[in-house]
Amino acid sequence: MCDCEEGQDKDTIKRRNFLTKLTSGIGMVIGAILAFPLITAMLDPVTRKKKQVWRRVGSMNDFKLGETKMVTFKSASPYTWSKKIANSAAYVRRESSNDFVAFSVNCAHLGCPVRWVEKSELFLCPCHGGVYYKDGSRAAGPPPRGLYRYPLRVKDEVLEIETQAIPITTMDA
Amino acid sequence: MRSYLKNILKWMDDRGGFSELLKPLTTHLVPPDATWNYVWGSATLFCLVLQVVTGISLGFLYQPSADVAYESLQYIENDAFLGSFIRGLHNWGASGMVFLMGIHMVRVYLNAAYKYPREMSWITGVILMAITIIMAFTGQLLRWDNNGVWSAVVAAEQMGRIPFIGKSISYFLLGGDTIGGETLNRFFSMHVFLFPALIFLMVTYHLYLVFRNGISEPPKAGRPVNPKTYRKWYEEMLQKKGVPFFPDALWRDAIFSALVLVVLLVLAFFVGAPALTTAPDMTNVNVDPKPDWYFTWIFALFALMPREIESYVMFFGPVIGIGLLFALPFLSNKGERSPLKRPWAVAGTLFIVLSISSLWYIGSIAPWSPRFDAEPLTKYTVPKASSQVERGIQLFNDEGCIYCHQIGEQGGIRGPNLTNVQNRLNKDQLIIRIVNGAENMPAYGGSLTKEELADIVEFLLQNQKK
Ligand code: FES
Repeated sequence: MCDCEEGQDKDTIKRRNFLTKLTSGIGMVIGAILAFPLITAMLDPVTRKKKQVWRRVGSMNDFKLGETKMVTFKSASPYTWSKKIANSAAYVRRESSNDFVAFSVNCAHLGCPVRWVEKSELFLCPCHGGVYYKDGSRAAGPPPRGLYRYPLRVKDEVLEIETQAIPITTMDA
Repeated sequence: MRSYLKNILKWMDDRGGFSELLKPLTTHLVPPDATWNYVWGSATLFCLVLQVVTGISLGFLYQPSADVAYESLQYIENDAFLGSFIRGLHNWGASGMVFLMGIHMVRVYLNAAYKYPREMSWITGVILMAITIIMAFTGQLLRWDNNGVWSAVVAAEQMGRIPFIGKSISYFLLGGDTIGGETLNRFFSMHVFLFPALIFLMVTYHLYLVFRNGISEPPKAGRPVNPKTYRKWYEEMLQKKGVPFFPDALWRDAIFSALVLVVLLVLAFFVGAPALTTAPDMTNVNVDPKPDWYFTWIFALFALMPREIESYVMFFGPVIGIGLLFALPFLSNKGERSPLKRPWAVAGTLFIVLSISSLWYIGSIAPWSPRFDAEPLTKYTVPKASSQVERGIQLFNDEGCIYCHQIGEQGGIRGPNLTNVQNRLNKDQLIIRIVNGAENMPAYGGSLTKEELADIVEFLLQNQKK
């Protein structure tokens, strides 16, 4: 094709090879730079991850012996504009004068909210029919284990719950 | 005047090259016998276009903020001019897209159109299906009512079962440890920007492949695909009897898409989108999360699967399923294409369609869910009830027996109907069952007193008079 001399031809090819590499290299660098904001924005929840915190859920005396009661509290690190959706709930049960347990409302199967049925002392799940006893252990249905618990402490007669991630049942549970 | 206009058009076409751009449509040859069975893909594409238009319309009305999204939906549904119709159309357009895509896929599989040289069409199709499912799911969540947020929780839990990286994935999905303002932002960006962009890329490529490799000719039994000669044979066949894609084939697509549009308009207008449930609130446990229809069968699967194997199925099921779909064109890319010569393919398709349909059916009834709204029994349930039986009836309501068991017409259907249980179990057997429970029934031994137990059993034995 080339009506030039042979030496020139080789140079042209070399030059083209170089330019090809240069262009695709620059393209890749631009791509990488552009991907950066996308990735950082997507990973925002990771980079701003905060520690779990203790939240007050009521005074000790709000809970009667043997009673199971729902409490609500704010999750650990919501965006300030989350408002109401950042609230979580737990079931607190007073087992003896000094012993409390707090169950996650999330079913250990796939996380649907379980309801406490007072009279029969059972937690029922609306999704696939999971049932738990008052001590959180599995009674029936598909859940592979009992309800998850929140860490709980009493400080100056005030009950505090440590916020947790939505409990996720893994294969070995 | 007329010639003036004509000149303008001429100028535009000369400088703008519009006829040139569209010319390939009229010169691209397709097999002459590509008939009504070839409209499914284009109808799916039509739904995509509809989704883009209705989606943008909704974008003008929707507020993607955890705090007020629900309110803006109320506005769309109740106040905005044609708002509920647009939402209905977007909803039914999505349904149509999933449905038509399913048929398109079955059609391609049964006719083995994925064989040489159209393997890449199949593979990009599988990717498109995956993205479409993601779009359907993220869309359901943007409804941001109680059903939406709890569906997000369920999805995160499912992802959480993936070994090793499950927790990170669910964290990434929710945008944190729990549902929060982050969650909606993420799903919105995915549903409106990220995945639509991917769909456009893939659809463009998918269509390019249709033009490059040509529409597959209808299969004929006894005419196997031979990769060595197929392309040449196809070329010659087209040269001999091919017809231009436009208008000889496209007119059917146009008619069918118009038909789809009419059906969707009617559905959107008369049925509308699923009603909004209550405002999103993770502290409100009086909800009954149900997925949209595309996922009902998966929902049923989770309820029915033995729990010992569930985690494995949740993970390996999709992995194997998607793996097989991708592998298909490599497992068989030549040979017979006609379903008449591929009985196993037909049987397999039938089996899958039937299983999914039955799961669908049972999922729509959800017999495993306790019926919290069951109408309580009254003392008149048993005529002339003694005071003990009356107490038993009351307990049957209060203890929640009625959520799972039917007496007469009232009650849930998780457990057996107890209307005539006295014919199946005697007094002692009844007591044992109530006290100890069973695999799917909790043991009531701990929560019932002796007297209460006696009352309930007395009532159950009475029932025959009903
Ligand atoms: S989520 Fe509770 S039983 Fe499935």
